[in-house]
Amino acid sequence: MPEQTFIVNGERVTVDVEDDVRLLWVLRDRLGITGPKYGCGINVCKACTSHINGKAFNPCAVPVGKLGADDEITTIEGLPDQVEPSQRGDHDLHPMQEAWLDQDVAQCGYCQPGQIMAAVALVNKVSREGGTITDADLDTIRNICRCGTYTRIRKAIVDGAARM
Amino acid sequence: MPSSSDLHDPAHEPGREPGREPTGRTPYALDRRRFVGYVLGGATLVAAADLVLVDAPPAGAEIPTVPQIPEVYDLNDMLTDAARPTANLIKVTINEDGTASFELPRAEVGQGITTSTAMLIAEELDLPLDRVHVTLAPARPELLFNQLTGGSNTTISTYTPVRVAAAVARLALLEAAAILLGDTVGGLVAKGGVITAPGGASVTYGELAVKAAASGDRAVEVQLKSEDDFALVGQPTNRVDAVAAVTGAKDFTTDLDVPGALPTMVCRAPTLNGTPVSVRNQAQVESMPGITHVAQVSTGVAVRAETFGQCIDAVRALDVAWKDGPVAGESDATILRKVRAAQLPMPRLPDTPLAQTVSGDFTFWFRSNSAMDTNSAIADVRPDGATIWAGLKSPIVAQQQIALKLGMAPDKVKVNVVTAGGSFGRRLFFDAALEAAEISQAMGAPVRLMWHRADDARVGRGHPLGTCRVQATVVGTNVLAFNQSLTCVETDFRHGLGEIITAAAADLPAGVGNLGFAETIFTLTQEVPYDFGAVVQTLVETDDRFNTGSMRNIYSPDVRVAGELIVDKLAAKMKMDPYQFRRKFQRNPRLLAVLDTVAQAGEWGRAMPAGTAQGIAIHKEYKGVSACLVEIDTRPATTGREIRNAVTGPRVTRVTFAIDVGLAINPRGLEAQMQGGINDGIALALTSSMHLRDGHFLEGSWDNYFYTRQWNTPPDVRVIVMPSEETVPGGAGEAGVAASFAAVACAYARATGTMPTEFPINHGQLSFEPKPFTPPIPQSPTDGLELTS
Repeated sequence: MPEQTFIVNGERVTVDVEDDVRLLWVLRDRLGITGPKYGCGINVCKACTSHINGKAFNPCAVPVGKLGADDEITTIEGLPDQVEPSQRGDHDLHPMQEAWLDQDVAQCGYCQPGQIMAAVALVNKVSREGGTITDADLDTIRNICRCGTYTRIRKAIVDGAARM
Repeated sequence: MPSSSDLHDPAHEPGREPGREPTGRTPYALDRRRFVGYVLGGATLVAAADLVLVDAPPAGAEIPTVPQIPEVYDLNDMLTDAARPTANLIKVTINEDGTASFELPRAEVGQGITTSTAMLIAEELDLPLDRVHVTLAPARPELLFNQLTGGSNTTISTYTPVRVAAAVARLALLEAAAILLGDTVGGLVAKGGVITAPGGASVTYGELAVKAAASGDRAVEVQLKSEDDFALVGQPTNRVDAVAAVTGAKDFTTDLDVPGALPTMVCRAPTLNGTPVSVRNQAQVESMPGITHVAQVSTGVAVRAETFGQCIDAVRALDVAWKDGPVAGESDATILRKVRAAQLPMPRLPDTPLAQTVSGDFTFWFRSNSAMDTNSAIADVRPDGATIWAGLKSPIVAQQQIALKLGMAPDKVKVNVVTAGGSFGRRLFFDAALEAAEISQAMGAPVRLMWHRADDARVGRGHPLGTCRVQATVVGTNVLAFNQSLTCVETDFRHGLGEIITAAAADLPAGVGNLGFAETIFTLTQEVPYDFGAVVQTLVETDDRFNTGSMRNIYSPDVRVAGELIVDKLAAKMKMDPYQFRRKFQRNPRLLAVLDTVAQAGEWGRAMPAGTAQGIAIHKEYKGVSACLVEIDTRPATTGREIRNAVTGPRVTRVTFAIDVGLAINPRGLEAQMQGGINDGIALALTSSMHLRDGHFLEGSWDNYFYTRQWNTPPDVRVIVMPSEETVPGGAGEAGVAASFAAVACAYARATGTMPTEFPINHGQLSFEPKPFTPPIPQSPTDGLELTS
């Protein structure tokens, strides 16, 4: 069986699994990293949103064989380590997670890891482009929340962006 | 310990004192707060209360001339009364680390009941909230009717018992501290988990946990805190599971690490509820990478593999001969014709220049209550017993039905209740748990069953198609009669009241039992919240071939939309402003208050450009009242927005929502539930429905079923939690949907000048390319690295 090597949450891992198995299942079923959730398997619900080399992506749509040994995957579990300890908040978490807590965004919580990972990437993208988060930016977020937490998500992203 | 019948002596029942004023503070408040609870034998202190110690809410002060049934006895009263014959205990345990733990016999699905319950315990125990741990109880068959999570009833039914158990714990701790500190209970002060004597000596709850433990059971009388002394209850409080949710640590069923429970999926038929006849290529599929088992079961062909990705490959590779399901060949149009054929004739109302009749005939298409967390369950079935893990709102009947399916005694089946990623009514049933048990038994191995999204969307339960006809007679400035007749595909209530006795009653042949249940639920939830003279509301259900169930707020959203649209027509007929009309025909002071609040805060009547408009609506249910005022934009620049794989259409731009739920345990959680209900209402009005074509629903994922998204959600939402005169809580989980849906419908009608007659308004245009039915689930894409952002 092929060996797959990549970096996840700062640690290099090697997994024996076929090339075509999507990364989501390698993370969840083989590595026990369950923060990224299954919601559709076809890259439309975005519940599995994580980061690859600092950008948002959806592991349900990436065959693990396409990853290189130096590709860095960050899931929600590794998000706090993406900022310096001094940048973390009261719960020792990433500023966006802290904003999420202050706004009490989550209801059932299932989509929230993906929402937070998407939010961080969106804020980074807008920031790279020299802007600040607008309603139009928030309207582009594709992550579904069936509990309808959108109102607090929008507030938390503006709040989190100010802290990042 | 007194027998349960002692506790049910009317003389001991709370809230039944003669001469008690119907609302507000009463001279009998002290009696209303005194209850009997128990200290139970245990290693540390275990305090308990009978789950049936329900504080009867006061009768409404606002009795209209002819009260409708829900005003005096509603669904929540039925759910509460159903619990009365049982005498079973809920327990608060004090641990040696100073924490309190409690197993809640309900299901947390996102509605926030673990938080509100922890708040009640923390309040009564004088313990910090983070030292209270609430988990979900496994199926407890001895609770009979009292382990059903539905009808927004959790807080209504557990408010008093939870507080009594916590108060008993506090008293036992004080008694133990009094001995230790050489003082009397009355001289001690309990605060923050520490008990202090006047001289300054103190002892913690943790240090007292063993000392306060009892060798045997004893009954004690306790007095609950007065609502006036609440320090935590009523304060906006963040969820107790929030850190777990934002760090990925919150476990749902498919996240659980049960040894040997490998990923499992089911290949399903190309027509709804079709069944497998034979598998033509079983050996070939069994030899695919990662596959451990392939087994034909009653609902399809199950595959078990090292990863879910390999399950998807196997499901797609299976070549199965199928027997068509019961709706093969049917479509929306044929089902609607059958529903119309089942309609009762409406009474003939006069339509003369003096007495004019206003009428409407509305169609509500099938809708899905698929949650983000698809139907899933872990099952480990052995020859001598079985263990199940799933998100279950009726775990007792699940346990009983699984035992039947497996041919085991119910006590051989342990059913664990797992926190679920949403429910919206879906988890009243236990389809995945039953299926997982069957599969595990067939394979002889533990399974972690997860429904593919395509199955969850197409085969999972939903809200049935229905029609709602309304007619109202106007004479001058009065409404003399208001008739409303709902006719729908059957709503499945075969979970009964959560155990097998009433579930079996609902499962009588020919739908008779379920119809009785449906009519009971309808009668106990529906009312016309206006003084409209002679009011008649009827329900007819037909066609039991679909996978349905209670979708968030059950009948109310459709009934209220039809009602409120006709209310706007009546207002127009009388040349009255819609808000002023609603005030004129409203005598309930709580409804008037929420109505006035949204009108003022939402700037009712402000000048708006053509193509945009406001809509206003009210609702009354779950012992609470709500009003919603929305603004909608139907101008081409908005409706013409192009977003890939999406529906844009009209946008609700602003929502002002007011709710009086009685005592709000956690206003912040209540606000969250209303925000969610608003997004549900918008989806039901504008974008989300199921299309039945040729025997199957077309919607296969979130790019087909258009639940509200960020580009649909209002940028401006304000929820106002009203101060309430009520001293008991009402229901929250479903209360936000009906008024929101109705307000959006009314706003759309006013913005476009045309009253919509079918919902959602976009059902007529199919906004996506349907995914194939064979194979039944789509393959995952491979281009994810090209789509980073």
